[in-house]
Parts: sequence; structure tokens; C-alpha cells
Amino acid sequence: MTSALETRGLRKSFGAMVVTSGVDFRLAPGARHALIGPNGAGKTTFINLITGRLTPSAGSIHLAGEDVTALPQSARVKRGLGRTFQINTLFSNLTVLENVTMAVSERLGRGGDKFRFAGSRRDIVEEAYELLIRLRLAEDALRPVREIAYGRQRLVEMAIALGLKPRVLLLDEPAAGVPSAETAVILEVMEALPADMAVLIIEHDMDLVLRFAKTITVLVRGAVLTEGAPAEILADPRVREIYLGEGHHG
Amino acid sequence: MFLYRAAPTLSPVEYMVRSHRLRWPELLPWLAILAAFFAFPSYLALGAQVMIMVLFALSLDLVLGYAGIVTLGHSAFFGVGAYTAGILAAHGWGEPISGLVVGGAVAGAVGLVTGLIILRTRGLTLLMLTLAVVSMLGEAANKAGWLTGGADGLQGITLDPLLGLFHFDLFGRTAYVYCALVLLAGWMFVRRLVHAPFGRSLTGMRENTARMHAIGAPVRQRLVTVYAIAAALAGVAGALQAQTTQFVGLNVLSFELSGAVLIMLIFGGVGRLYGAFVGAPIYMVAQDALSRLDPEYWFFWVGLLLVVTVMFARGGILGVVDQIRRKVMR
Amino acid sequence: MHEFISALVSILFHGLAYAMILYVVSVGLSVTMGLMGFANLAHGVFAMAGGYVAVSLMNGLGLHFPSAVALAVLAVAAASVVLERLLYARLYGAGEIEQVLFTIGLIFISIAAAKFAFGPTQQQLVLPEALRGEVEVAGRMFPTYRAFIIVVGAAIALGLWLGLERSQFGARVRAAVDNRRMARSVGIDTNLLFSLTFALGSGLAALGGALGGELLTIHPNYAIEHLVYFLTVVAVGGLGSIRGPFLAAVLLGVGDTACKYLLPDIGAFFIYFALFALLLWRPAGLFGRA
Repeated sequence: MTSALETRGLRKSFGAMVVTSGVDFRLAPGARHALIGPNGAGKTTFINLITGRLTPSAGSIHLAGEDVTALPQSARVKRGLGRTFQINTLFSNLTVLENVTMAVSERLGRGGDKFRFAGSRRDIVEEAYELLIRLRLAEDALRPVREIAYGRQRLVEMAIALGLKPRVLLLDEPAAGVPSAETAVILEVMEALPADMAVLIIEHDMDLVLRFAKTITVLVRGAVLTEGAPAEILADPRVREIYLGEGHHG
Repeated sequence: MFLYRAAPTLSPVEYMVRSHRLRWPELLPWLAILAAFFAFPSYLALGAQVMIMVLFALSLDLVLGYAGIVTLGHSAFFGVGAYTAGILAAHGWGEPISGLVVGGAVAGAVGLVTGLIILRTRGLTLLMLTLAVVSMLGEAANKAGWLTGGADGLQGITLDPLLGLFHFDLFGRTAYVYCALVLLAGWMFVRRLVHAPFGRSLTGMRENTARMHAIGAPVRQRLVTVYAIAAALAGVAGALQAQTTQFVGLNVLSFELSGAVLIMLIFGGVGRLYGAFVGAPIYMVAQDALSRLDPEYWFFWVGLLLVVTVMFARGGILGVVDQIRRKVMR
Repeated sequence: MHEFISALVSILFHGLAYAMILYVVSVGLSVTMGLMGFANLAHGVFAMAGGYVAVSLMNGLGLHFPSAVALAVLAVAAASVVLERLLYARLYGAGEIEQVLFTIGLIFISIAAAKFAFGPTQQQLVLPEALRGEVEVAGRMFPTYRAFIIVVGAAIALGLWLGLERSQFGARVRAAVDNRRMARSVGIDTNLLFSLTFALGSGLAALGGALGGELLTIHPNYAIEHLVYFLTVVAVGGLGSIRGPFLAAVLLGVGDTACKYLLPDIGAFFIYFALFALLLWRPAGLFGRA
């Protein structure tokens, strides 16, 4: 079966510093997969390579079997790759609804339309609003993003990514900076994701990882240390030493 | 944003679907233009100049206010439009509307080509390259004296009657109406553009480029597109000026003109569509009055006002009006 | 053949003199833009002020050339710190557009002020006897003034390179360029550092303006007229670099002189082609950080 996402020998170096060294990685269709590792392991770099924000020094990236290594970010998104950012990356002066509408509009290929009013596509706005209802953001729909609480901004991050209806979703620390009482909402949203969507999550919060992921890959110093089911990973002494040994926040 | 502040009783979807509807304050500029025609019959030439600058500033708003590209070289396109229309008319092609179209098209093409090159860079380098483009074109116009008249300016522009019916009269009535109609068309065009998904995506790129990439928008392609569109519009404004004043001087391709239009827009308010309608008239009328009193030191007052605006009133006049309104409404 | 070589040497010589002035004026801009991230379009105003002050001191008070230049540099550097503390510093965190508008405002004010104080015509720099005439170098005669500028410019470049790449001050400046917050957290007073750097940059600009008065003539529109050249040197050299602007200035100064001399009709476009070509090849400049 073709992987939803695959990297082969993926390598990235900045000068003499190697941040990703020959990563072979497969994300199965419908996967619930977590990527963990201590700080500086190169997790976000890995995501940025997959999305095309960074260009790899060597190796290749495949989406549903197609080599996308040479494609720009926008072309990868068109092929079903969505992401969230570790640090909120939003249109902070636009309303929550406008933020999500922007994503839906781009997905439908209408983002470059010049001579019809954005509001004339009621279906696009409605779809975005449905998403807000699903993510419990409806009451903030008309508020500028900068005015709402950080935890809710994290949900807007998710809503924008979901507006793209991705087949592969990369979640870069979705719960980072969210008060622990509110992570429940985020987990709930994650658990309600469509079963055919392949999800890769980077997360430091091990409780969240263990409740969500069926497979865990451990990345250390830019290379895959091990991969397996959560129970195997937890039992692995190397993982305990390198990662869990230093507490849940490396 | 600005548009959706008034507390809605409508559902959010309804509210957004109606966001592009025309509201009555948007008609104020047109009432003013109409009123000025009858109220100040001896100032129609100035009025036409003001409207040309409004159109020019409006085109800059697309690039700067919406797309967030800081440029010191927008006069390049105004100048190319002016010289194109002027040279056409000086060589016997005096039909105004086709001259306008050709002027806009040539300026748009220059915008497209230079945009493809310079929009690869960002920040200070981009700023410098926009300035380099206008300096280079200014140098070219200066050297090509056989075509442009060089430092003496382009003379001998004669225009056919508008639509073959209306002669450009001594009082500037035809020119005034002509400019008003072109501005109206330009405004309708820009208004449609900024309320279309394309315009919204420009705002998105200004707000957060990384996110626009991540939702699959072809960012650079859109930047180049808006740069070329704004260039064409600036070219139309330049062509209008060449036609109505029947003269083109090297100053249309100068840093000073780029600076002036930037200032008009900033004074009015950036990224609001109507900043141009507020800033350009105030600037032009003030320049007219102040330079009559004290022509040498016009620059001083503009400079001082600019420093004060940046320090104390970043949103321009419309921004200040907005803040006051917000306070009053609370 | 002999004439050709002679022309080549002459181009190189005049080009280098021009390049040194460009360098001395622009290097401060490279550092302030790189260090403070400030789009200071008004940098040329300091150069112009240096020129005006030096000329007035010589004509009005009868000061000698060296002391007039030195005083002008000090006066402009001091005035620039006042401006920096009062106005510039308030815009460090602001957007590019605010900085651009603010500095355009300063340029406009400077144009009016210069016109008011000195009139619209250009100022004549009266060179001391020792700098007039020609000197013989390797069997050829060269104008003394230009030879002097080349020597001074090269000395300043060397001094800056040693001073900023090697010294404690330089290390601090570079630390602050790399990471302002980090610099602050290890106890570097970044405000003081910024003020000193700003003063140094403006002082150098004033020196370039005063020394180069014969090459870049001093008149009210100075800051606008030469802006493209200053910015080009900075952009081609790479922001924040000391060596970059030197190389860029030599390249542009000599190239510009050569093209204007050899191809009088189209030579003026050299600088633009060089600029576009270089920045397409290396968008961050020769020595810039990507």
C-alpha cells in the first residue's frame, strides 16, 4: 500500500551543522502518528522540509507516491498537505471567520479571483463557519484573531489547516502554550478528525501523545532512533534514557 | 478588520457575505467631486490634478496598503504612462482614450517585468531596487532627449476632442470631467479587486506570508500580479496628467514624486481604499496654497508633517477619525 | 597601446577616489541598517551636513582644512546622537514604512534647511595648497587631492576592519547584530551601543561628505541625489558588513567611472545593471547573511 507521506534519505544541513541526517519515514494512510524527541532533535525542521518551507540538501519527499521534492509549497498543499505551526502563524488583524475563509477559498482554487466579490461565494463562507462551529469558535467568528485568547488562537490554527481538507495533516505542537485545562478541547478536535486523514503530530505533552498516537517515531539529533507502538517506545530503555529520563519537557 | 466592527445583529455568515456592499460614506468623494465642479469653476485645472493624484495614490494603496510592498519607485509607472501618452500625442496620435489605454498598458508591462525581477528580494533590498528602477528610467528619459525632450520636457502635445465631441477647453471643464470619469472607473475597479478573494489574499500576504504559503497560495505570483496591475493604474494616472497638462517633465520619474504620493497616502490612511481620496486633495491643496506663499520651503513643512505623522498618527487621517469614532462609540 | 594603458590607469585612479568617498559615506549606513534594522534613507543628510559645516568653518572662521573637517565630523556625530535618542530610537521596533517615511521627512527638512541657510547653489570646497596640483607616482602624474582621498579611504577601511572585526567594541556590535536580546542578557548596554554606532556611522558620513566635496558636490539636494549610490553600495555589499561595502564601493566606483568614460552615452546605466545582476545572483549581497 502506498504511504500517504514518505521521506527517503532526507538530509538537511546548514553549513557544517547537520539538522536532519538521512531520515527514512513513512506515514500510512489514516495514520495517527507522533514524532517525539528532545529539543533540538530537528522535529520542526523535518516538518518544514516536508512542506517545502526548507529545501533538503539530499533525499526525497513523496506524497501518495508522487515525488514532490522539487515542488513549491503551494503545489504540495494542492496535493493534500496541510500543517499547523508551533508558534501561531495567523492573520492577526483579520477576523477568525476571515482567517478560515481564506484557507477554504484557496483550497477551492478561488483565492486568485479578481472580479467577483469574496462575499458572493456564500458556500465558501458557510463552509468556514461550519468549521468554526465544529471547533467551538463560532462565538468569536467576527472578532479579530489578535483579540482572542492564545489557546483559542491555537484552535484557529487547526481550523485553517482543516479548511484545506488535507489528506496528510502535520500538527506542530498543537498544544504548545495552551493551559492544561484547555488541551482537552484540542485533543477532542484531534480525535474527531476523519479516519482517512493521515495525521503526524509533534508534541512534548506525553499524555496527549499517548492518548492520540498509534505509532511513535523518536527523532534524536536529526536521525530516527526508533519507531513502534506506544508501548514498545515506552519500554525502550534508550528512549527512557534520552527522552523520558529528562522529564516530559526536554 | 475595519469593515466588520459595528456590532452585528446579523449572523456571522450573513455579515461577511454582505461585507462588500456599498455604504453611503463611500459616495462622499463623488458628491465632493460633483460639487467642486460647480462651486470652484476657476479651480478646475487644480481639481483635475487632484483627481489624477487620487488615482495615483489609489494604485499605490494596492501595492503598499494591501500587499504590503514598501516602494520608493511607484513614480516609475506614472512616468512611463505619462511619457507614453505624451509621446503618442506629440506624434499625431491625439485620441485621448486610446492614449490612456496604451499608457496604462506600457506601464503595466514595465511593472510586470521589473516586478518579476525585484520581487525576488525583500525588505531593504527590495526598497532599494524600487528606487533603482525609477532612477534608471529617469536617467533613460534624460538621455533620450530626441524622444522625451530631455530636461526641457516633452512639448507639442495636442489632443483630439474627447469621443470626437468635447474639445479640451481653456477652463479645463472637459479635462475635469474626463479625469473624474477615469477616476470613477479606476475606483470601481480597485474596489472590486480588494473585495474579491484576490484582494483578501493580498491582505493575507501582508499579514502573514508564511501562512499564505501554508494554505497553498502562490504568493510571489500574486505579488507580481498586483504590482503589474498597480503599475498599469499608475500609468493611466500619468497618461491623464500628460494629456490634461499637455506637458511631461523629468520630474514624473523622480524620487520626489514617489515620496509625494507615498506621503499623500500615508496622510490619508493606508490600506483603506479611501486614504487616497483624503490624503491627495489635502496635500495638493496645501501645496498649492503654501508654495504660493513660500515656494522654497514647501518641502520643509511636508517633511515636518511627515515626521509628526509617523511619531503621533500612524494610521493617517482616516486612522485618527477611526480612533475617535471608536472612543465616541464606547 | 600606451594610450590605452594610460586611460586604464587614469580610470582606475579616478574610480578608486570616487569609490573611497562612496565607501566612507556608506559604511555607516551598512552598519546602522544591519545593527538596528533601520531603513535610514536620511543617511546622506549627515554627509551633506558634514560638507556644509566644513565649508562654513573654512570660509566663515578661516579654519584650515584639516581642523575644519575634524570639527565638522565631531559636530555632525554629536548632532546625530541627539537625533538618534530623540527620534530614531522611538522607531526601532516600528515597521519599515514608518522608518522610510520618517527619514524621507528628515530629507525634506534638510533640503529646505540647506536652501535657507546656504542658498540653492553648490558650495565650493577650497582645498589647501598642499592638496592642489599633482603628485608623481611610479613615473605618472596624479591629482594630489584624489591621491589623498584614496589614501585616507584605504586607511579608514583598514582601521574599521581592525577596529570592528578585532576589538572588544566590534565584538559587541557584532553580538548585537546577531542577537539583540542575547546581547542585552549578557549585560551589553544596547542603547549605548546603538548610539555610539550611530554616531560613528554619521561621523564617517560627515567625513565622506566633507572630504568628498569636490567629487560629490555639496548642494541642498545632496541626500536625494546620491541616495541610490549609497543604498546600492550597502545592498550589494551586504547589510551589516564592513568588508562588503568596501568591495561594493570599489566595484561600483571603478565600474561607474569606467563606463561613463568609455561609453558616455550609456555608461550611466552601468550601476543599475550591476545592481540587478548582483542581487539576482546573491539577494543578500556579497557579504550579507542570507
